[in-house]
Amino acid sequence: MKSSVIVFPGSNCDRDIASALEKMQFKNRMVWHKETSLPKSDLIVIPGGFSYGDYLRSGAIAGKSLIVEEVVKAANSGCLLLGICNGFQILTETGLLKGTLLRNKNLKFINRNVHIKVLNNKTKFSSKYESNQILKMNIAHNEGNYFTSKEHLDELKKNNLIAFKYCDSAGDVTDQSNPNGSIENIAGIYNDKKNILGMMPHPERMVDKMISNTDGVNLFSSLLN
Amino acid sequence: MKISDTIIENHGLKKEEYKNIQKILKRDPNILELGVFSAMWNEHCSYKSSRIHLKKLPTKGKQVIQGPGENAGVIDIGDDDAIVFKIESHNHPSYIEPYQGAATGVGGILRDVFTMGARPIALLNSIHFGSPTHPKTKSLLNGVVSGIGGYGNCIGIPTVAGETKFNSTYNENILVNAMAVGHAKKTKIFYSKAKGINKSVVYVGSKTGRDGIHGASMASAEFDENSEEKKPTVQVGDPFTEKLLLEACLELMKDESIISIQDMGAAGLTSSSVEMASKGSLGIELELDKVPCREENMTPYEMMLSESQERMLIILEDGKENHAKKIFKKWDLDFVVIGKTTNTNNLTLKYYNKIVGEIPINALASNAPVYDRKWIKKKIPQNKIDIKKLKKTNLKEALKKILSSPNHSNKSWVTDQYDQMVMCDTAQKSGSDAAIIRIHNKDKAIAVSVDSSANYCKSHPLTGGKQIVCENWRNLISVGAKPLAITNCLNFGNPENKEIMGEFAECIEGIKEACEFLEYPVVSGNVSFYNGTNKKNIYPTPVIGGVGLINKLEKPLNHNFKREKSIIILIGKTFGHLEQSCFLKENYSISEGSPPEVNLLNEKNNGKIVLKLINKNFVLSAHDVSSGGLITTLSEMTINSNLGVKIEKPRKLRNLFEYFFGEDQSRYVLEIDPKNIIQVEEILKNGNIYFEKIGFTQKNFFEIEDEMKMSINELFEINNEWYNSY
Repeated sequence: MKSSVIVFPGSNCDRDIASALEKMQFKNRMVWHKETSLPKSDLIVIPGGFSYGDYLRSGAIAGKSLIVEEVVKAANSGCLLLGICNGFQILTETGLLKGTLLRNKNLKFINRNVHIKVLNNKTKFSSKYESNQILKMNIAHNEGNYFTSKEHLDELKKNNLIAFKYCDSAGDVTDQSNPNGSIENIAGIYNDKKNILGMMPHPERMVDKMISNTDGVNLFSSLLN
Repeated sequence: MKISDTIIENHGLKKEEYKNIQKILKRDPNILELGVFSAMWNEHCSYKSSRIHLKKLPTKGKQVIQGPGENAGVIDIGDDDAIVFKIESHNHPSYIEPYQGAATGVGGILRDVFTMGARPIALLNSIHFGSPTHPKTKSLLNGVVSGIGGYGNCIGIPTVAGETKFNSTYNENILVNAMAVGHAKKTKIFYSKAKGINKSVVYVGSKTGRDGIHGASMASAEFDENSEEKKPTVQVGDPFTEKLLLEACLELMKDESIISIQDMGAAGLTSSSVEMASKGSLGIELELDKVPCREENMTPYEMMLSESQERMLIILEDGKENHAKKIFKKWDLDFVVIGKTTNTNNLTLKYYNKIVGEIPINALASNAPVYDRKWIKKKIPQNKIDIKKLKKTNLKEALKKILSSPNHSNKSWVTDQYDQMVMCDTAQKSGSDAAIIRIHNKDKAIAVSVDSSANYCKSHPLTGGKQIVCENWRNLISVGAKPLAITNCLNFGNPENKEIMGEFAECIEGIKEACEFLEYPVVSGNVSFYNGTNKKNIYPTPVIGGVGLINKLEKPLNHNFKREKSIIILIGKTFGHLEQSCFLKENYSISEGSPPEVNLLNEKNNGKIVLKLINKNFVLSAHDVSSGGLITTLSEMTINSNLGVKIEKPRKLRNLFEYFFGEDQSRYVLEIDPKNIIQVEEILKNGNIYFEKIGFTQKNFFEIEDEMKMSINELFEINNEWYNSY
């Protein structure tokens, strides 16, 4: 399986995601933002970081860059696309995913391990997880407070497009277990066709027991299926 | 412009120093030259008060590749790997403008590390604030923490460890010390020494603005009530540009284009160009009209003294200009050849082909003033405190006071604001004795810790200096690392005061003795004097940053209890030293008396044996005993593990407070599996190590036989109480 990781000036989780993909036997390529064409890929990843310094608004400038036009084309023709953290913010800026990511409710950067629940395990990104499986993943962001319109929220629920929700260790979705104020504890969503996933937690940080745990492994192995 | 006495004074120069300048130049300097002298001769850049003392520190060892004098120290960790690290202060700017002050402190120390060819892999910090009740503390704390996080998080280097402390001595002068650690190939270390004549001097990075002009001079004077007016001398950081600069520099460093490279830190273009030329015994000529400027009509004076961030000076091999330019353009950074090396031994400044300043390099660097300032020794305080006369308390109440105090309460509200995991090699985060960072794609790892003990150093600087090196050493041992070398950040008051100078000289002596004995050399560091406002000096606060090596990382060792019914061993003798303890401070507001004695022989022996036990996999968890004594250590091992402990009362009858709260040195608490206890005891006995079996782990409760019993939950809540209500 071929993957491409898009590197913007200011991306800083690019090496981490590349290592995770290679560990999972993806044939990965790094694509610099000034390139105008994409190598043939089955999966495109937009990594975390502070693309263009997050100036103007997180993900806003990256969302208008040349390579992103190519990413949009590829995604619209069905290529799998994963946006993690700043990558999720960029995807909402491009309109590939609806909604927006506001500043965390406590107005502070948050880095810690949180629990999330797999709401839909019938997608190309999640088929190796159990339904309602509870995962422990690391979050590291300033703007992870997902917000969207009532109509879109209904649509997300109706079509089973909510990928993950923040929860406690027992799997209960509560206010206390919501780290950043996201609407209905949403931690990640799909587009209608479920070929695009945007998520705030970092699965690439959860593929090595020495460092954390291996709760992110099945996301990548689902994609290999 | 005529150089008046006021102008001289405003440049922080003494009258005698000005006379010296006239003698060197054999004429009056112009204002540009005066500015350059002031930038190079201030305390911050010249180390004029500290140099003769710093020379005493041990800086050599077979693990040392580069000691002090370069951008950062370099040590050998085996194979092809080297670790590059340094700590630096950004105290004065952070007090004036906490967010930018702290952020640029991080940015500056990162540049020191990647200038040497290393990819930064970890950030640490030691931050000290005034009393939590002081009106400024809360906003300073918030600003500094978000500034440190803002810079490190954006550039994508994990902030893995540190200390956040409060003491009214810092009410008017906080301390912000940042440490960066990088990994390089042993064969690809870059230095600042210029070589060869007529080589291109290249300016790369951000444009030069008017920010930070005279920053280094500001950091070389005490504060007064008008300090707020110094805001414009604080630099503004841009971590995004630094990330680009980091990647561009590392890309260029892959081949052989660079002769030497130096970041523009304190005193910007002045100090970087002078240092490169001075180390190479060359001259350097700069064409200032070519300097990329952010603002219009900047004068040569402003360009030479600006401390705008994210800039580097590079001397290139012949013919490499286009190749290098291509890389910097790729990263959208400025790249301009602004001068060349010469054989004149002068700093020559040109502006539109006219020479506007010319100064011998030697006068600015190696021949800058050196002072042997007067200093006096401090005697060990003799006032003994009779604890029998103090108001009665009990173990539980006294422990609660400590665990809920600002200095001991849980600090996750700080560390949660730092990305500790980016780069995916953080095997152990802050909250343990030391953080553990794996070397990328390898089995080995380094352990890092920063420590300080201002109270001990104030009471008796010689002992304090020794103690803090030992505590740092213990922290690395406690996670199973072999301590290799340190960097130090020496935060002191006004060196023109002989008591303060005495504190400095004696702390250095203490650091020296401990480092020599433990074979733990100093490879880099920084001195920050004039920490004080209106003649009120801060406590002497040397901060030690240590790096240790774990040859093969199998399972990171932390201080959380692992299982029930393990045997708890206390290594080292307990004498019950309560003076200068947390117990007296938090319970009785007593901060008199002497610090605990440091026995370097015990320290070394105990540490070596503990490391041996860890390497033989006999230790389930380990924690050094420091501030707060044995009971605080045990409670810290409990709080994050959900396993309690039952401790027996000491067999020999003695005062319980002395036993449980005494801060005697060289001690560790180890958790041992009962099946290994015979072998462990044998190793300890053979090593002539004093130890006591003091109890065992148990479910649910933290218990001292016949004296106290608390649920783990209660301990946890007490420990989290303070910040939640701050």
